[in-house]
Amino acid sequence: MAESGVIEPAPPASHLTTGRRLQRASTPYLLSLPSWVYLIVFFVVPLLSVLALAVATGNPEIGYSYTGHVSQFWTAVDTYHVQLVRSFWYGIASTVIALAIAYPVAYWIAFYGGRHKSTYLFLVLLPFFVSFIIRTLAWEFILSDQGLVLGHLKDWGLLSQNFHVLSTSWAVIWGLTYNSLPFYVLPLYVAIERIDRRVVRAANDLYADTPRAFMRVIFPLSAPGVFAGFLLVFVTNVGDYVNQQVLGGTGTYMIGSVIQDSFFTNQDYPMASALSAVLMLILVVAIFLYARTFGADSIQEYSA
Amino acid sequence: MRDQRPASVDPALWRGLTQSRTTRRSILQRAAALAALGVASGCGVSGSSAGSSSSGRDWSAWWAKQPKTDQLVWANWPYYIDTNKSGSKHPSIDRFTAKTGIHVTYDEVIQDYAGFYGKISLELKAGQGTGYDMIMMGPNYYEFTELIRNGWVIPLDHSRLPNFAKYASPSLKNPVYDRGNKYGIVWQSGFTGIGYNPKLTGRELTSISDLWDPKFSGHIGMFNDPVDVGCFGLLKNGVNPATATHADWSKAAATLQEQRPHVRQYYGQPYITALQQGDLWITQAYSPDIFQSNLKGYKDLKFFYPPEGAMFWHDCMMIPAHSKNPVSALEWMNFAYDPSAAAEITDWVGAVCSVPAAKPVIANHLDDAAVANSPLVFPTSSDLKSARDYPIFANYDDFSRWNSTFSPIIQS
Repeated sequence: MAESGVIEPAPPASHLTTGRRLQRASTPYLLSLPSWVYLIVFFVVPLLSVLALAVATGNPEIGYSYTGHVSQFWTAVDTYHVQLVRSFWYGIASTVIALAIAYPVAYWIAFYGGRHKSTYLFLVLLPFFVSFIIRTLAWEFILSDQGLVLGHLKDWGLLSQNFHVLSTSWAVIWGLTYNSLPFYVLPLYVAIERIDRRVVRAANDLYADTPRAFMRVIFPLSAPGVFAGFLLVFVTNVGDYVNQQVLGGTGTYMIGSVIQDSFFTNQDYPMASALSAVLMLILVVAIFLYARTFGADSIQEYSA
Repeated sequence: MRDQRPASVDPALWRGLTQSRTTRRSILQRAAALAALGVASGCGVSGSSAGSSSSGRDWSAWWAKQPKTDQLVWANWPYYIDTNKSGSKHPSIDRFTAKTGIHVTYDEVIQDYAGFYGKISLELKAGQGTGYDMIMMGPNYYEFTELIRNGWVIPLDHSRLPNFAKYASPSLKNPVYDRGNKYGIVWQSGFTGIGYNPKLTGRELTSISDLWDPKFSGHIGMFNDPVDVGCFGLLKNGVNPATATHADWSKAAATLQEQRPHVRQYYGQPYITALQQGDLWITQAYSPDIFQSNLKGYKDLKFFYPPEGAMFWHDCMMIPAHSKNPVSALEWMNFAYDPSAAAEITDWVGAVCSVPAAKPVIANHLDDAAVANSPLVFPTSSDLKSARDYPIFANYDDFSRWNSTFSPIIQS
């Protein structure tokens, strides 16, 4: 990994004319030009317009003018801090649960999958060929009060008639977890698959029992997968607004839904923009801290 | 209702997938609108009222100049017109074409009003046509008022709508949201009342206060639309939503906060599935959904108009600015109020019929007593007495104030 990140310096080119040399030096930049244009048009410009709109005042009828109304950010956080905190809690909980489920799956496929590895991976992905919304609705059906699971448990007298899973925080967290599983299995699989089996054998030869070998060797070597999957799943789940609406109840509102309401129901574009910007800022800071604590350095170290 | 939706598609599921505020399709549509706004905002966001053009124009002279055309492009909701078994034909539209020679392009493009408005408002703001000659909009959505305030809909020429004058239900004429039916006439209507399952509630229900009964805690459903929720808070307090003051709003919000711990969820369209599955025992409900559920085999479910009031909603046909075939749109509107056409459409859709004279046609000619005798399709005069109009917001600030009063209950 470390080698691939370094670009080899171009060989001395004294025999070339200045023009050719310039051309040669600029080639990598020219090659990356499409990506830069893409990034600017589809990321920087929209981001700046969101930021500008967040500090605008007005309404959809008279229009919005950019008045530098910076306190909008504070109003947004003040009004919706409950939903913000809740979104992060749901995001962390669902990501950790997804990791706990995905890791054994990825581990098993990578180490014991044999020549059917791709078949097993395909099976993991198979349900995800069905539309996202249908899958979520299916959970609503499965978990319903008189449904497949709870209905029978209630008939057997194991649960009170009033018990329900739907419309609770856990239903939302489970929905988030379920929908993000393959996005955790895949990076974990890639990381675990790459682990040199001889290293594990060496650990055993040096009297590490299985749990110790796992904790000291396998898990650290799979850290890049844990890290990549965490980012992928956590960031998506914090901003999700579908699971909450399908599986949630009162007191489960997430920030994504608030942004959606602000934009479409209330047509309050500055509030929607300010909330989006705040969410993004918090996510960036959180990821930065996470990367500093568990991330980049240790990953470089392990995979070196 | 013999000619039902395609048997393979459960209508409630279909509606849940296509119409609620939480669907993926509407989400994608919204994402597109958001992207468009992002581009627009690069150079500032102009107000919608800037494009206003309808005031002060001599509309009768304008109508006199409009030529007859043989085209009509119509944007409607899915499953909102009679459809044959294969789903490819709409018999009423075919009869219209045979009668008038007007070819109808029927586009089932509206998944939710906010998203649809978001799309057409960008075109209308830019002074361009939407491509549609007739659109739908619900007066209980602020977008309806916005279309009128912005001058984005063309006033109707009632001299070409004799069937409306003759056959429309009196409850639909000269409404508060559009005096003199200047900009739109109703396609179909329905009620927001209370739906429940007597088997689960254990007793018959009669009052809006039943939605506040702690005995049903965890099994009470409310809608996730601030307008629907707020109106029920006002009705509970004995206030008419259409004439409520700001002080009434705040009191209603407090009443709804008392109810909140017992509410299971603030639902979009999937509430009907939750009611059918037994998750909900009692809920705010749209009358056509309960009617359809009964026909589909959920015979236990009941709907009632609370004596405190039920909200009467409509979907109006309107002609957007820059329409290329406005005369054809009027032609259709007039056709839709013909009792035999109205009967054909209502017998399939099952919402509240705009034409009382369609009732004998459905009973005798279409031989469908279940529809003709249903108070959910042809409400009795006492049912109509409990009908309440939705509040009409004077301007954006008023609308915004309503939302900031009632949204915190839903966005908990």
